[in-house]
Amino acid sequence: MTAGPSMPATSPTEPRIVFRTEGVTKVFANGEVKVRALDGVDLELFSGEFAVLLGPSGSGKSTLLNILGGLDHVTSGRVWFRDTELTGMGDRELTRYRRDHVGFVFQFYNLVASLTARENVQLVTDVAAKPMPAEEALDLVGLAHRMDHFPSQMSGGEQQRVAIARAIAKQPEILLCDEPTGALDSKTGVQVLEALHGINDRFGTTTVVITHNAEIRRMADRVIRFHDGHIVAVEVNTEHVPPSQITW
Amino acid sequence: MVSAMHAIDRKLIRDFRRLWAQALAIALVLACGVAILLTSLGMYRALEETRTAYYERNRFADVFVSTRRAPLSLLRELGQISGVQAIEARIAGDVILDVPGLDKAAVGRVLSLPEVGQPVLNVPVLRSGRLPETPFEVAVNEPFALSNGLQPGDQFSANLNGRKRVLTLTGTLLSPEFIYTLGPGAMMPDNRTFGILWMQRAAAAAAFDMEGAFNDLSLKLDLYAQEPEVLDAVDTLLEPYGGLGAYGRNQQLSNSFIDAEIKQLRSMAVVLPPVFFAISAFLVAMVLGRIVTLERSEIGLLKALGYSDVEICIHYLMLAGLIALCGVAIGWAVGTWLARGMSQLYVEFFDFPFLIFHVSSWVYGLSGAMAIAATTFGAARSALAAARLSPAVAMQPPAPPRFRRTLIDAAMSWARLSQPTVMILRSLTRWPLRSAMSALGLSLAVAAVMASSFITDSLDTLIDQAFYQSNRQDAVLVFAKATPLSVLEDVGRLPGVMQLEGQQYHVAVLRHGQFEKRVSVEARFPGVDLSRVISATGAVVEASAGGIVLSDVLAEQLHLRVGDMVEAEFLTGKRGRYRMLVTGLVKQYFGLGAYVDLAYLDGLFGRATEVTVANVTLDDAALPDLHAALKGIPNLAATNMLTEARRSFEDTISQNVTIMTTVYITIAVLITVGIAYNGARIQMSERARELASLRILGFTRWHVSYILVGETMLLALLAQPLGWGIGHLLAWSMTAAFSSDLYRIPLVIKPATYASASLVVLGAALGSVLIVRRRLDNLDLVSVMKTRE
Ligand SMILES: Nc1ncnc2c1ncn2[C@@H]1O[C@H](COP(=O)(O)OP(=O)(O)OP(=O)(O)O)[C@@H](O)[C@H]1O
Ligand SMILES: [Mg+2]
Repeated sequence: MTAGPSMPATSPTEPRIVFRTEGVTKVFANGEVKVRALDGVDLELFSGEFAVLLGPSGSGKSTLLNILGGLDHVTSGRVWFRDTELTGMGDRELTRYRRDHVGFVFQFYNLVASLTARENVQLVTDVAAKPMPAEEALDLVGLAHRMDHFPSQMSGGEQQRVAIARAIAKQPEILLCDEPTGALDSKTGVQVLEALHGINDRFGTTTVVITHNAEIRRMADRVIRFHDGHIVAVEVNTEHVPPSQITW
Repeated sequence: MVSAMHAIDRKLIRDFRRLWAQALAIALVLACGVAILLTSLGMYRALEETRTAYYERNRFADVFVSTRRAPLSLLRELGQISGVQAIEARIAGDVILDVPGLDKAAVGRVLSLPEVGQPVLNVPVLRSGRLPETPFEVAVNEPFALSNGLQPGDQFSANLNGRKRVLTLTGTLLSPEFIYTLGPGAMMPDNRTFGILWMQRAAAAAAFDMEGAFNDLSLKLDLYAQEPEVLDAVDTLLEPYGGLGAYGRNQQLSNSFIDAEIKQLRSMAVVLPPVFFAISAFLVAMVLGRIVTLERSEIGLLKALGYSDVEICIHYLMLAGLIALCGVAIGWAVGTWLARGMSQLYVEFFDFPFLIFHVSSWVYGLSGAMAIAATTFGAARSALAAARLSPAVAMQPPAPPRFRRTLIDAAMSWARLSQPTVMILRSLTRWPLRSAMSALGLSLAVAAVMASSFITDSLDTLIDQAFYQSNRQDAVLVFAKATPLSVLEDVGRLPGVMQLEGQQYHVAVLRHGQFEKRVSVEARFPGVDLSRVISATGAVVEASAGGIVLSDVLAEQLHLRVGDMVEAEFLTGKRGRYRMLVTGLVKQYFGLGAYVDLAYLDGLFGRATEVTVANVTLDDAALPDLHAALKGIPNLAATNMLTEARRSFEDTISQNVTIMTTVYITIAVLITVGIAYNGARIQMSERARELASLRILGFTRWHVSYILVGETMLLALLAQPLGWGIGHLLAWSMTAAFSSDLYRIPLVIKPATYASASLVVLGAALGSVLIVRRRLDNLDLVSVMKTRE
């Protein structure tokens, strides 16, 4: 199965390909039991697009995202980031790759509890190549006034926005979000989505969002549907809805 | 960036602050190691270097020998012995002194100064005044002058050659021969009653009938000299003149005491610190292991953000590094303070002309480096595990620990234990290594208490045997030379003397095959009551005619057993070689004893019965009169007031033991708190959810506390037998390390010592865990799900 309209990556008029995967499989072997989390995934993601990954629980979405983000290795198949092949990179190169190109947002925020909002963002700006100031990143997600608060002093939505600020502070080319609204109610979820959408709009950051929430697909450029470790469908969305009009 | 400090470092510092109590508990254990290393190694080096410098600067001799009376003409031959570089012949002798303001007789060791210039060996350091220039002038060792309040120009009198002479003090000296100044027969230095008197050669010769002769010789050897050969050559030359056997520095009294101290410091530096470093490493490993488990998701996050494995590894190593820094800082402070205290103690016992306070900076460096190495080693496993954690795996919650039913579980259900008890036992068996290491650590704490408090038991035994069983006399009067038995009648007329027994002391070399030892042999009358030889079982042992009784240590050194024949070459009395049957062995704690029957010995010597000392018991009320009378007795070389010696020995010992016990109990408590507090905190963190759910299910506070307290206390209880075992071993090795030819310490451990060691550790463990338990009371049942340790 090939995902998306086939476009030559070299054509100047066509969107550039950021990610390309070829027959990616991932097998988890826990003792005797083997789980085939990904079973031949071929996918292309384009520069500047906002893609949504949909699919039932256990279908392999997170596994794919982790592989794209250089957090995990494939069992077989190949993955390219632009012209560079990620499969075959060592841990050291993957660390560089994550440091320089990728921003992550996770379902459970994953803030460091002992650091304030600003310091959590600084974790990234300390090591990134050309970061924006932590204060600016927090301002972008509307948290300029909560900069010196610790995670335990913030709501879930606020914590997630700190996580987004942290992801975008390095001005990444790609933003990978695993269920960023999964733990949030509709209203705070929308705030988070607005933050993501704003970044995508302003900086042209390629954004991939995993969600269980079918409503969210309405704001995407493309929707990629997963089932049992395969991609079963790719829809191109021609009419985007702004996040503010999404509810669940 | 706004601030210079990186966010990840700020996390480090906040984590450290959050963990402060646990970190402190570890840092204190580490500090013990650092402080002890600093003190023992620092003082060891300082003492050794000071001594070496002193010996070199003041040309301390290598070989020493006393002789009855040898002509000065012999010196040429002695100087030609191969390997001898320099030679110093003196006149030496003990005299009774009457020092104004001192209510008892003091003993003075007279040493002659060369007619012109300074001695070539054992050069004294002039501390005040000048050297004596006329026959009735003397210089004394500085401590004697200080403790008697004597100053140049002051006068005191001495019995010289049977006449009471007034001597004028011209100056004070210190000599490398008398760093540790022990009077004849004394157990502890007493600078009031024993002093060194340097006087002009002519005056000393007149006092001891030594014109044209000498009776004390020191030799300095060159680099290539073979000491044993020189000793033999000297003995051969002095044989006709009553040579008492030459010996090297290792038998020189002052030097061998310092040697013993140095040896002790060195073994302390080698044995103790590694124990503390190992415990600290274990504690760091335990605490950091827990932290890395708790911070899995943060580690994964940092990796996802692009932090490298190395950066993560360093982050956790630095947490351990901060603990090390605290430990080193505390250790250095305490160590410096202890070293200062110790050198003050040395100043009290050892007389050096310069200070020995200095602990070299490399010792500080070494102790710090070892502490950091220990914590880094402890942290390494967890830090590496954190570095190795795959970023993807780290994002998922840790899998719940797998429980399997084991035989222990089957046994527990069979025993129908309550659920909390089952929880305790299961957790102990789930982390077997951690439980075992904790128990081992706690047992070391028990052992530490035992290692100090057993000394009281041992010294009680030693004091009882040496002072109240064997040597029961109140005083020993030492005559200048062997004296006919009739002298005892004179002694008996002295005021306050109640019981009275004579005895002989001889110097002899005992030989058995290739083994030989120069010892002092005591000859006694049968049936004496004051100075007795007591066997291990408490029975009085006496040597019969033709036999000799030896202390077991001496017999061991000579490879002798009861029934063997030993050759005794007597250097005093009538010189000659005699064969004797070993008829008994006795256990003794002071010196290397050898005992023969007095009548038998005088028979061998073919002379009428003589005595060299008189043992007496005294009426306390008559003591002042007695002292006054003793100052005037001719032919008396020394008086040894045993009752006073005992008291001061016991005082000094009990003071030292108190200090030592305090130090060791502190150490044991620190170890226990380090282990028990950290252990309980970790359990608390691992179990917070479990314990909260139990509370929600309706278990009482008491039940929940029982789980927390129970696990730690069970471990502490299990540690006791092991601790007793290790403590016993430690005590044994300490007595072995302490023992020398001069003295030995018996290994005696009373049940109360075991019990008190256990009480200290169990008490400290309970205290620590109760502090952690208090957190249970404040447990907010809802928010507990969010708490971290
Ligand atoms: N570390 C692992 N070890 C074993 N199996 C794993 C591991 N990680 C994922 N799996 C398995 O791989 C499959 C895909 O998991 P994945 O997390 O990618 O699903 P998902 O689509 O993200 O699901 P969800 O929507 O629930 O997050 C699942 O069956 C999961 O159980
Ligand atoms: Mg998922």
